[in-house]
Amino acid sequence: MKKILVVATLVVLCCLSTSALAQTKEIRVLLANHPYGDLVKSSIPEFERSTGIRVKVESLQEGQLTTKLTTEFATRSSSVDVFMTRPLQEGKMFYKNGWYEPLSMSFADYPKNVMSVSIFAGKTYIVPLVTEWQVLYYREDLFKKAGVKVPTNFTELEAAARKLNSESVAGLASRGKGAAAVTQLSSYVYNYGGLYLDRGTAAFASKPAVDAIRFYGKMLGNYGPKGVTSMSWENIMPLFQAGKIAMWTDASVFYGQIIDPSKTQVAGGKVGIANFPAGPRMNSPFIVASWGMAVSKQSKNKEQAMRFLQWATSKEMATKGMLANITMARSSVWEDKAVLAKVNPGLVETRAYAAKHGNPLDRPYMSAVGEARDLIGELIIESINTKGASPNLEKMAKEKAAKVNEMLQDSGEFGK
Amino acid sequence: MIRASFAERNLRILFPLPAIIFVALLMIFPVLYTLFLSFTNWNLTSGMPLSFNGVNSYNRVLAEPRFLQAVGRTFEFTFFAVLIESFLGVAIALILNRAFVGKSVAKLLLLLPLVATPIAVGIVFNLFYDPTIGLANYVLKSLGLPQGLWVSSAGSVIPSLILVDVWQWTPMITLIVLAGLAGLSEEPVEAARVDGASEWQILRYVTIPMVMPVILTAVILRLIDALKTFDIIFAMTGGGPGYASETLNIMGFKYSFEYFRMGQSSVILVALFLIVFLCSLGIMKLRASSEI
Repeated sequence: MKKILVVATLVVLCCLSTSALAQTKEIRVLLANHPYGDLVKSSIPEFERSTGIRVKVESLQEGQLTTKLTTEFATRSSSVDVFMTRPLQEGKMFYKNGWYEPLSMSFADYPKNVMSVSIFAGKTYIVPLVTEWQVLYYREDLFKKAGVKVPTNFTELEAAARKLNSESVAGLASRGKGAAAVTQLSSYVYNYGGLYLDRGTAAFASKPAVDAIRFYGKMLGNYGPKGVTSMSWENIMPLFQAGKIAMWTDASVFYGQIIDPSKTQVAGGKVGIANFPAGPRMNSPFIVASWGMAVSKQSKNKEQAMRFLQWATSKEMATKGMLANITMARSSVWEDKAVLAKVNPGLVETRAYAAKHGNPLDRPYMSAVGEARDLIGELIIESINTKGASPNLEKMAKEKAAKVNEMLQDSGEFGK
Repeated sequence: MIRASFAERNLRILFPLPAIIFVALLMIFPVLYTLFLSFTNWNLTSGMPLSFNGVNSYNRVLAEPRFLQAVGRTFEFTFFAVLIESFLGVAIALILNRAFVGKSVAKLLLLLPLVATPIAVGIVFNLFYDPTIGLANYVLKSLGLPQGLWVSSAGSVIPSLILVDVWQWTPMITLIVLAGLAGLSEEPVEAARVDGASEWQILRYVTIPMVMPVILTAVILRLIDALKTFDIIFAMTGGGPGYASETLNIMGFKYSFEYFRMGQSSVILVALFLIVFLCSLGIMKLRASSEI
């Protein structure tokens, strides 16, 4: 009798708690370790208060986020509702596997070239959050001291690097770490008149692209910091902050950190931002939606998920982001006078240029992009190690291009 | 006679049952599933469901020069790391086995690296190793010695990683061998001393042979882990520069989580499993023959 009472009580308690849980609307959100992810995380209590929807949030480093999402979605056991995503790195693969929910909001406030990677077969799946574009960071004080003008093309860039390069300060830094460097090399390739992919086929073995890779290797091999083939932005930034680099070509997102007085030794008006220099054929640096937000197709709380998505990507949140030095994707916040008064004019000018003339891709846009980046990365490392003079570069480029074409065929994207 | 309950009659099965279920689910099943996947063409970038494709994945992976190079690097890293750790570990254990002033402090300091998180160790060593602003080159420069590129050069990346591994894992061998030394009988040593043997002779002909089974046990444990080393290599170089520090485990990770070629990454992992299994078997046979 006692046993029956105990069991009955347990069963009733279980039922009560399950129904209680079912009534509390809760969604699971996965964010990236990124300034915007941090901003959303800190604003979540406000969302919970105004909507009554509880949010369970997790945040991860970008590579680990992709791995976690892929593992959960592939096993069809995911409880993820909303997540941050990189349209260029995983957009195609996630769309192909049917992991994004189609969205039906207005996207009028986003530049067309940035939206192009969020749309598949006429439907939009990703809301762009932040954009970044290639810029040239430079040390105004070193330039003044050496009497050097801000370079506007590659010839001037090389001359400036040569003049500013010394034992203690590298003339020019850019990523050299294989796959990580592919995004920075892209603007060099575009400005030489080349592309990574052209209508679904590998195009980086072309003469313009190989010339760009040679130039990149020549510059970094001669004027780059020591050990540059192991450096991505997280290795170059501390060097720049320590005053060891005169010029650095990378994405616009790092500006806030390189002038943060608590982290840098080159604060106080010493750092300038300029347009990425023009090449022999073009002037088209990349401008990409590096991060976006999407709703999971497997979500069981789509209505609440959509509400969260709309809130997190709203103009109000975008304005908040801009005021925190995060370069947001929405166009209207870049036209808001109150916001512009606080943002660095160099960022505003370079963005305006890139939004009009820039290339919306910074890597081969394909599902197997991880592997393709490693292959192109091999060419970059070969070029840097030989200061751009490698006799094998053309042959290597053809081999890698053939492999990329094979990958495009394997994933059904060849020629598309 | 009172009839025993079902549980009482089957105690010998029921007691180990939780452990057996645990092992089956968390160890045997993943190994078998990985083996199964190695015979498929599962690739998440194709958007197609997985299908059986026989030994095609094996043919593709085993023919890749990159795979054979990764095997070579795995052995290179493991051999030198374990060799240095074994010699150093035993030497330190022999020293710590004697009484001296400050022994407990020395023991504590020498064992500290073992408790540090490998990823954190990797990140900190990366800071030391930075060619421009790192501590290692700063110290070398102040001593007038040539500076190095450490993990930033294909030529020096493996030795630099071995150094980190030796720093962290030598204490493990020391601990195990020290426990072995503490359990040794005093009599053979005393007898040898009485017979006029020198300290070196006692060490070489009495102590070391007696503690050899323990040394080999420590070496097996370290060998298995070193073959699978992932955390410090991933944190420090990610397999770079290029593929210069890519071992089998790193390559398996890349193929799984960067290239999403699940079928082919399973081949790499099956190969790694076999290598670890065969090496362990070899050393265990050696250990069995070393028992006095």
